[in-house]
Amino acid sequence: MTEITHYSQVWSYRTSRGRLALWGGWLALVALFVWCWQIMTRDTIWFFVADAPTQAADIGSRMVPPRWSYLPELMQPLWDTINIATLGTIGGVIMAVPVAFLAARNTTPSALILRPIALFIIVASRSINSLIWALLLVAIIGPGLLAGIVAIALRSIGFIGKLLYEAIEETDATQIEAIEATGASGAQVLSYGIVPQIMPAFWGITVFRWDINIRESTILGLVGAGGIGLKLQASLNTLAWSQVTVILLLILATVVLSEWVSARMRHAII
Amino acid sequence: MTTGPYPTTWRRPPQILKDLRWRIAIQIGIVIYLVLAIGSVEVNWARVYAGLERGQRFVMGFLQPDFTSRWRDISQGLIESLTMTLTSTVVGVAISIPIGIGAARNLAPRWIYYICRSIIAVSRALQEVIIAIFFVAMFGFGPFAGFLTLSFATIGFIAKLLADDIEEIDEAQAEAVRATGASWGQLVNYAVQPQVMPRLIGLSLYRLDINFRESAVIGIVGAGGIGATLNTAIDRYEYDSAGAILLIIIAVVMVAEYSSSYLRKFLQ
Repeated sequence: MTEITHYSQVWSYRTSRGRLALWGGWLALVALFVWCWQIMTRDTIWFFVADAPTQAADIGSRMVPPRWSYLPELMQPLWDTINIATLGTIGGVIMAVPVAFLAARNTTPSALILRPIALFIIVASRSINSLIWALLLVAIIGPGLLAGIVAIALRSIGFIGKLLYEAIEETDATQIEAIEATGASGAQVLSYGIVPQIMPAFWGITVFRWDINIRESTILGLVGAGGIGLKLQASLNTLAWSQVTVILLLILATVVLSEWVSARMRHAII
Repeated sequence: MTTGPYPTTWRRPPQILKDLRWRIAIQIGIVIYLVLAIGSVEVNWARVYAGLERGQRFVMGFLQPDFTSRWRDISQGLIESLTMTLTSTVVGVAISIPIGIGAARNLAPRWIYYICRSIIAVSRALQEVIIAIFFVAMFGFGPFAGFLTLSFATIGFIAKLLADDIEEIDEAQAEAVRATGASWGQLVNYAVQPQVMPRLIGLSLYRLDINFRESAVIGIVGAGGIGATLNTAIDRYEYDSAGAILLIIIAVVMVAEYSSSYLRKFLQ
């Protein structure tokens, strides 16, 4: 029989080696932080930073009272913004669905060639923010709503494609097998075995993305892609801060409303 | 006994809207909306056609990116973006931990709970780009404004998810620690922290990833980083440099995504 000859009198949360590793990790993190901080603030003009409270007070005093008479002028851009988001979402969905089917392991026609391409499309679309897409598209197809719509659509491909292909991969294989056992063709398996299973997820993802797109389309105008952002840019350029307040409040209201609508719709679907 | 006529053909049942009238009404509504919406989009097709040549040049630039001729600007922007990302995530997480604890209903008194939840709501409602515009106006151009923007945006994200996580902890463990006569600080340290730590680390890594992506965007409004370099490249019509920058952004995002998912698996 072995006896425990030595044990610690005091309970401690970690072993001494664990503590050491933890301290080492924290030390490395702090060192990295300090190093990054020094590189980042190398060119910072501290005079402007020290001056910030005065600037903030100045801007704040110019922002109130909001110029409410500006509100009627904003209705047309608001309608444009909603159209950018909605039409962009529709365009994104149309492009994302085939990409998702190509990317899902159980539906892809060729796992060697098409699947990596589809996954690259998804990653590329996801890494680049819609504002950057808009910046490029404004340079290519000119300023206006179309650039915004295409930017939103391109950004949505990655998001919808990723979530949808994960949903396709999670489908119940027994149902698909049952359809296959009836002698269904590939297209029929897709239509009767897979599509009904991913339908609720599909609508949920689409509505969720629409909500995000409303949020993103409000600022696309900053780079010239139409919508309420154009008015924001114009007001900022002319330093009309009282108009900026109105625009920001309107954006906030729109975002809150769209979030509410999307939450209600997803609740109803799922 | 007779049975009535029954359908001889099977039709796929509707999945979401069961009522026929609702289905028709919604379909008509969608058609009307689409007609109105597409009608209000004015497209200058001549301009689009003229731009196609530029689009082709951009695609060529993407396929043959030019890393060398603007390498100084690109590396400068990349360093700014990366340092901005790291510092803002560290500061943002450090600030969001007390706010997250304060916003958890089971740990904080009522009035602190409401204060912390409203800080989170403000931070989440405002977009990064809009916050960046204000910080640039206050603190001047450059990565410092970007750092502040990303820190502020991080607070809303991390504090909210941390607070929700704390609210969902296993109460039995907290009860056990409380029964030993632990103070509030000891309760947080020994009952709450071990339960939420893995998730907090995961969320921080995820936010690091998001902050890098956002740092590429807020540069457009003057908050430094690689977005500023990209904006300049596009303004100069140097699509090969712009293609190079975009490829770098995609590569960094991919590396960050894979390494953070690997790290999260390793830590849990």
